[in-house]
Amino acid sequence: MAGPASSAAAPPSLRKLLMQRPSVVVALAVFVLIVAACFLLPAFGLTSIGGMSVRNRLTGPGAEYMLGADAFGRDVLGRLMVAGQTSLGIGLGVALLSSVAGVFIGLVAGFFRKLDTPLSRLIDAMMAFPDILLALSLVAIFGGSMGNVILALSVVYAPRIARIVRASTLVIRELPYVEAARALGTRTPTIMVTHVLRNIVSPILVQATFIFAYAMLAEAGLSFLGVGVDPKIPTWGIMVNEGRQYIDNAFFLILFPGLAIALSVLSLQIVGDGLRDALDPKLAKET
Amino acid sequence: MRSYLLRRLIGMIVVIFLVLTIAFVLVRLAPGDPASLMLGPDASPEEVAALRVRLGLDQPIIAQFGSFLANALRGDLGQSLFFNQPVTTVLASRAEPTIVLALFSLLVALVIATPIGIWAAYRRGSVLDQTSITTAMLAASVPSFLTGLVFQRYLATDLGWFPASGYGGAGAGFTERMRHLILPAITLGITNSALILRFTRASMLDILGEDYVRTARAKGMTERRVVLRHALKNAGIPIITVVGLTFALLVSGAVVTERVFNLPGMGNLVVNAVLRRDYPVIQGTLIVVAALYVLVNLITDLLYLAVDKRVKY
Repeated sequence: MAGPASSAAAPPSLRKLLMQRPSVVVALAVFVLIVAACFLLPAFGLTSIGGMSVRNRLTGPGAEYMLGADAFGRDVLGRLMVAGQTSLGIGLGVALLSSVAGVFIGLVAGFFRKLDTPLSRLIDAMMAFPDILLALSLVAIFGGSMGNVILALSVVYAPRIARIVRASTLVIRELPYVEAARALGTRTPTIMVTHVLRNIVSPILVQATFIFAYAMLAEAGLSFLGVGVDPKIPTWGIMVNEGRQYIDNAFFLILFPGLAIALSVLSLQIVGDGLRDALDPKLAKET
Repeated sequence: MRSYLLRRLIGMIVVIFLVLTIAFVLVRLAPGDPASLMLGPDASPEEVAALRVRLGLDQPIIAQFGSFLANALRGDLGQSLFFNQPVTTVLASRAEPTIVLALFSLLVALVIATPIGIWAAYRRGSVLDQTSITTAMLAASVPSFLTGLVFQRYLATDLGWFPASGYGGAGAGFTERMRHLILPAITLGITNSALILRFTRASMLDILGEDYVRTARAKGMTERRVVLRHALKNAGIPIITVVGLTFALLVSGAVVTERVFNLPGMGNLVVNAVLRRDYPVIQGTLIVVAALYVLVNLITDLLYLAVDKRVKY
């Protein structure tokens, strides 16, 4: 049990905690580098997809093409950067949209007792569907565009945020300061936002980081299955899917986009872990 | 105990009812008339009208939902448009590869993850511990199709150790079929070992800090015995939980893995159904998988009772 001395000590700063785990800093740097490369290199004309050229088709990585050329003779590195914009964009879109939807559902379920049971059971039912399977069905029904993939994956991941928000709201709504705010006549929406939401930002942030990672994996899975975004817009998953035909003589076509997914997801997960440890010292002990 | 069971059963029924509702609503949300959508743009108005009657689309929506529920409870999930067979028959004929793949890969995941998880917790903070956590995270980050394709290319095509794809063809014997599941199971097992490893490690860490572990050590018990007899036995509960949780991961992973290795399972079926707009099959798969998920989680909860006598509900 914490003694008076330790409970009086100020919580260690975020920066200090991050510095204690250099792997988190490295992962953050890697992720920022990936994002910067995907958006800046093509913008400054440092990489380009290049025109199609039959002569160069399936050229291996080397001096002419750093990461090789695909079946149409297009530069793999250049395509990787452009595809990364879509893959990362979908991940971020899902993280944001599912957080907003999840926060709303979770706050309502936690605050209004009458709505709690139906909403909670609905969340249970939604979570009974495995992510790829539900996303697959949603995309099948609404059609595969970038917006629909983001929407489908947000439907899949919003219940996870909602569950966390609801649980935290149930605890916080009983705290004295919320009671005080209510006694002062503060309106419920104001209490929900200023008193409850502000206190659960960190678990939401942590979860959103993980959802960013999961969504990128799921999008890659959908694209690999051929039911993701329009194949004319490249994503890393679509590049892997296209490369399958040449698995025996040009494995690099699969390997590089695959590694791009893995590296992005890995760095996001390490950052998420680091954030969780830094923002919630109680959880850090458990993992 | 009895009231707990009753509560769980009622909760389960409510969730399954909602699952059915979601599955019903989803297919109805598709823009356009389901019948003309299913038949494609070349269908004549008469064909569309005939299908509307066959699907009961001419009835009011509440009546449609009622007969959908009644049929589902009788185990009738409708007709596949592509196979022209009951959805349940189609699903059942694809069940074997998926079920065996899931169980097989769960076994692979447990064999990889449990010993490493225990060892990492035991040597907390050591190089081995750090390495195992990082490796587990890596395993969870690499898309399973990449692992699968690497295995397929190098272990199957190049080295010829395993069949590269398929399920042995028609009339293949049991051993032959199982041989085709080895690589897919390892692929899926590696991905899923990550979560199990982290859970095992975390729960062992909790237990190794308990008083009874210290007492056992103080009595002079060998470390081996402390870990295997006392700690592992009590780590059983969290491990069962995580096995229940990985079910969803297994199914999602199976969809992709079956596609990589071209296995004629339910995952491959549902992807083809999506590409063919065979809505009844998509709907049926969603229902069956979600119902199984609910059931698996009930079973894991009940297993607690068997493993730990202290757990009382």
